[in-house]
Amino acid sequence: MDYLQYFIFGIYPYIALTIFLLGSLVRFEREQYTWRSESTQMIHRGQLRLGSNLFHIGIIGVFLGHLGGLLTPMVVWQALGVTHEAKQILAMTAGGILGGLGIIGLLILLYRRFSNERLAAMTPMRDKVLLLWLLVTLGLGLLTIPLSMAHLNGDMMVMFMEWAQRIVTFRGDAAPFVIGSPLVFQLHIFFGMTFFIIFPFTRMVHVWSGFASVTYLGRAWQLVRPRA
Amino acid sequence: MKIRAQVAMVLNLDKCIGCHTCSITCKNVWTSRDGVEYAWFNNVETKPGIGYPKEWENQSKWKGGWQRNAKGKLEPRQGGKLRILANIFANPNLPAIDDYYEPFTYDYEHLQNAPEMQTPPTARPISVLTGKKMDKIEWGPNWEDDLGGEFSKRSKDQLFKDIEKEMYSTFENTFIMYLPRLCEHCLNPACVASCPSGSIYKREDDGIVLVDQDKCRGWRMCISGCPYKKIYYNWDSGKAEKCTFCYPRIESGQPTVCSESCVGRIRYLGVLLYDADQIEAAASVANEQDLYEAQLKIFLDPNLPSVIEEARKQGISDSWLDAAKRSPVYKMAVEWKVAFPLHPEYRTLPMVWYIPPLSPIQAAAERGVLGRNGILPDVKELRIPVKYLANLLTAGDEKPVLSALDKMLAMRAYMRSKTVDKVDNLEVLKQVGLTQAQVDDMYQIMAIANYEDRFVIPSSHKEVVEDSFNEKGSCGFTFGNGCSTGVSSGTLFGKKKEGSIIFVEMPKSRKKSTQEE
Repeated sequence: MDYLQYFIFGIYPYIALTIFLLGSLVRFEREQYTWRSESTQMIHRGQLRLGSNLFHIGIIGVFLGHLGGLLTPMVVWQALGVTHEAKQILAMTAGGILGGLGIIGLLILLYRRFSNERLAAMTPMRDKVLLLWLLVTLGLGLLTIPLSMAHLNGDMMVMFMEWAQRIVTFRGDAAPFVIGSPLVFQLHIFFGMTFFIIFPFTRMVHVWSGFASVTYLGRAWQLVRPRA
Repeated sequence: MKIRAQVAMVLNLDKCIGCHTCSITCKNVWTSRDGVEYAWFNNVETKPGIGYPKEWENQSKWKGGWQRNAKGKLEPRQGGKLRILANIFANPNLPAIDDYYEPFTYDYEHLQNAPEMQTPPTARPISVLTGKKMDKIEWGPNWEDDLGGEFSKRSKDQLFKDIEKEMYSTFENTFIMYLPRLCEHCLNPACVASCPSGSIYKREDDGIVLVDQDKCRGWRMCISGCPYKKIYYNWDSGKAEKCTFCYPRIESGQPTVCSESCVGRIRYLGVLLYDADQIEAAASVANEQDLYEAQLKIFLDPNLPSVIEEARKQGISDSWLDAAKRSPVYKMAVEWKVAFPLHPEYRTLPMVWYIPPLSPIQAAAERGVLGRNGILPDVKELRIPVKYLANLLTAGDEKPVLSALDKMLAMRAYMRSKTVDKVDNLEVLKQVGLTQAQVDDMYQIMAIANYEDRFVIPSSHKEVVEDSFNEKGSCGFTFGNGCSTGVSSGTLFGKKKEGSIIFVEMPKSRKKSTQEE
């Protein structure tokens, strides 16, 4: 058990990140024709507008929250005068609201997808796996909130920050910071990391392009290509 | 001045017989593939009718094209860049597939496999989306063909704007015309402007608007942005697709497939020179009815030595300048002013133009006396209301359309007296402001319409931009990824579908569900 946990929280993150980055790169480089959002809006609109907006706002918020919350160095929080307790409350509230929006959106989208005959018929296996994986990961994430209510001093949160920051700075001794935490947290982290492995093989690659599409704001209306 | 050249098209609606040959040949070449069974890069609509997709001309519904804001600046009707990005998760203006039609094939096998029975077996329609049998086909790309359907539904046609349409509901007063439609390859395309990933572009050398299949991410803003609804979402590949103006043919000096196969010889292809610096100003004029004239003004006279000199300086080759001089499109659109842009009020500055159709003289037939405008029949008494045509071609301004119809009637009158009475009726020409040489040319190009007069297409000069030796043995037309078709068997990123094309043969995955029924 110990070995497995060391592997999952010490080594597996690097495997996941490597597949995520290299997989995205290879797909972009070699098979860009397959790089798309796979929108099904025109096949059946249904509750897409509500579901998709809720889901995307929630999930992007949660993603940015994790990124900022886990990877911002402790000294920055200290300099800002944010106590561990306050940060945990902030994380739980923001995470709860955004995660809640995300999961409501995702449930609406799942209902839309599988209650419509056309959509159900054309949903490939990779989409089913992806959506289910997102649902489980989101659900586990939300389940951590009641657990966190029990200890509001922020100590456990600091451990997770320590873990994440040690992982991204290649210090090799990150795993013990997670190993002692409750199972729900560990499962959430495992499902979260595995999501990065699924990422390059599914429509998830459109996330890269979604962030890149912000460059549209500074672009000229018209594009003319000289012959090449 | 920034001079650019474009291969533009004119369609002579006066000669369109609505045979759909253009649509079929286009379909066979370009869209007989998975995901675009429902898409017709070229389709022919019967007017009056709501068209394909349903009510595409109703921009208060679909929000296509451009609008001029209070500051006099243009922005897409569906919203500025922030609004477009905000709609990226769900586009509120996107047509659904049922607005086109549910793609279907038929259970042909049943015709051969059915057991012996008293009644002949039938081939029931099968939805390409679900693979299941359909109860009923509800709509199609030419559902209103030859005025099919009730007037109450067809008359939602936006071209009835400012027309008392009820009188046209009766059989005696009804009218009909055909409108073949394809991508307009606009000078100010709204699809290009709407694309967040910048995958749609206009080619500098020949003006063709294309979607870069590699760069398209399927954000689907172009589909709502295009007011002609001529960008289609390939629901299988997740990419936007559109009319390519058959660019591989155009590059080698051949007409597009729809033009080549046109039975009525209604299509013309030729070069137009224009000043790209004036595009924005021309598309932004305040009054919608001035847009047609504004667009005419940015075209350059290919016979002017100053234009030729400047164009040469900017790198346009002599073969293109020579073609521009002989361009049938320039003659019809600019010189004779008988061809008009489709819906100039969308502010896209379209480059596929239309000659309005003549029609029988309605009132005259009833009275037994022809109405006369001078010595010509009065075009205001044509069966198709001029206002209807003006709503299609000049944002409702009847004058230019009347003048074009007069010129066409004058050409007929002149040629009739020349061939029947053996006299040159110059009186009739004076009335419409044409010279004898012009009418002879008009007759040659519009009536005789020889192949070499219809299609004056200079081949592209690839040799100046690439070493064609490197092209030797390379792949031909593909969608992206160089020679890869996008998904190859054995890739981790998705498997190639088994079986060939869905339209004739369903992929095995979906065929199974058909058989289980």
